[in-house]
Amino acid sequence: MQTKLLKCSLLMGVVVALCLSSASYAQLTTYQQQDWLNSPAATSHIGNITGNAKAAALPYRRFCVGCHGPLGDGNGENAVWMPPPMYQKPRDFQLAIFKCRSTPTGTLPTDQDLFDAITRGFDRSNMPSWNPLTRQERADLVAWIKHFSPRWQNEKPGTPIQIPAEPEITPERVKAGQEVFRKMECWKCHGVQGMANGPSASTLADDLSAPIAPFNFTDGSRPKCGDTDQDIYRIFMTGLDGTPMPSFADNIKPEEAWDLVFYLRSLQPHNAFNAKERQIANQLGLKPVNPNAPAQ
Amino acid sequence: MNWNSRVWVAIFAVVALVGLLALGINQKASAAGEGKITGTVKLDGAAPHMRGIDMSKDPFCSKAHATDPAHSENVVVGSGGGLENVVLYISEGLSASALSAKPTQIPVFDQKGCMYTPHVLAMDVGQDFKVETSDQTAHNIHPEPNPLTGNIPWNQSQPPGAAPVTKSWKAPEMIHVKCNIHPWMSGWFAVVKGPYATTDDNGSYTIQNVPPGNYTVTAWQETLGTQTQKVTVAAGGAAKADFTFKAK
Repeated sequence: MQTKLLKCSLLMGVVVALCLSSASYAQLTTYQQQDWLNSPAATSHIGNITGNAKAAALPYRRFCVGCHGPLGDGNGENAVWMPPPMYQKPRDFQLAIFKCRSTPTGTLPTDQDLFDAITRGFDRSNMPSWNPLTRQERADLVAWIKHFSPRWQNEKPGTPIQIPAEPEITPERVKAGQEVFRKMECWKCHGVQGMANGPSASTLADDLSAPIAPFNFTDGSRPKCGDTDQDIYRIFMTGLDGTPMPSFADNIKPEEAWDLVFYLRSLQPHNAFNAKERQIANQLGLKPVNPNAPAQ
Repeated sequence: MNWNSRVWVAIFAVVALVGLLALGINQKASAAGEGKITGTVKLDGAAPHMRGIDMSKDPFCSKAHATDPAHSENVVVGSGGGLENVVLYISEGLSASALSAKPTQIPVFDQKGCMYTPHVLAMDVGQDFKVETSDQTAHNIHPEPNPLTGNIPWNQSQPPGAAPVTKSWKAPEMIHVKCNIHPWMSGWFAVVKGPYATTDDNGSYTIQNVPPGNYTVTAWQETLGTQTQKVTVAAGGAAKADFTFKAK
């Protein structure tokens, strides 16, 4: 009889503890801004497609919640299996700090930026490309992601940076690009040959104080924020927020920026984009930059 | 509306206008009677050891400190136990007009010898400040506020000879600043509401332009935390508030 009572009270205790923990869990769900979800603001606009946040509630549970978590804070149950520096923690949608933006550092990305990130996925990470989902589904997810952070109610996305038309690649431009690489001291992290072995590479940490490696141009990796010439231009002009990579928008002129893109291309192993850059660098016999050389 | 009530409305309007004008003049008068809060901040106990910084990774930085080795600046104690880099501000009691008044000068945060000068830069919410570089090596200036306060983190490069960056913050917050290229670089933007001051190397401070009234003064030190004191400022007078932090 007494053991039965003991068992019974134990069970009750467990039930009470569970109730309490779920109550505190419920308190944590500050992101659930139902009013906002019901408002016209809970949409995204991708070209002529309008994404609807509520339509993504189930797809988010199915495809995203494992890593990004039910609260969108990047603490899904798989997150513990992604140790840095190999992987970065899944994105915290509550803070709404995004690497891949067309907008200046310190601003929210555009709907299109989020859509592109979902579509592209991130090389060297656990985030796959979600291109297999329909455009409508991806647009819905963009709208859903925005409901996790109050920032989307208080701020507007930044104005996308202007990218001038890509000029023709010339030996002068590749050479000038190398001078930008030296002057801006890209090599401090990325190394003089772009091998991610600069003097500061080993101490880099992201905004969560987790170790993070600079991009290695020479090992065939694809840049996380896209592979086209325009993507590379955008990466160093907007910076990758949340990481050590700063914005160079105030210090690199648009013309020089294209030169730098061409030089960075020449550091990459042969790929679909850089035949001409590599050929020019070979003909010029470009040596790695000398950090100790006086300014020219 | 008859003629009589129109006259009354007109009279009321004139009286209201005169009243508002008088209020405005009155406020100006009180601005002239502004007082200040002064005092010193001291450390009680032995000054903690400040770790030396190895800058050998960057020849420019190590050369800049060839004769004067750099040390961490978490707790800087001057002669007589005065604590430097403590921010003092009024946390309670400021009127709406005193809170909305923005200082016009632009405080400057310099990167010099691969350290931040000053180590702690205090400013008002919405006040412009400038980030400069005096160094012949590239820095990136990377403040780390909590984006949910309304202050959004950003990260900008400042190679040698770069133009200053002018920014401001939207909400009161103690914001840590770092440079990813030089991991030892650590500083603070102390964003507060209303008048403020930072202690000098003797630990003394003066908060200027404080209208008469009863206030709570808060002293903030990056590792030792905060302390508060109540003061009364008389018109044109100076209130005193000394603080002592216990060494950890």
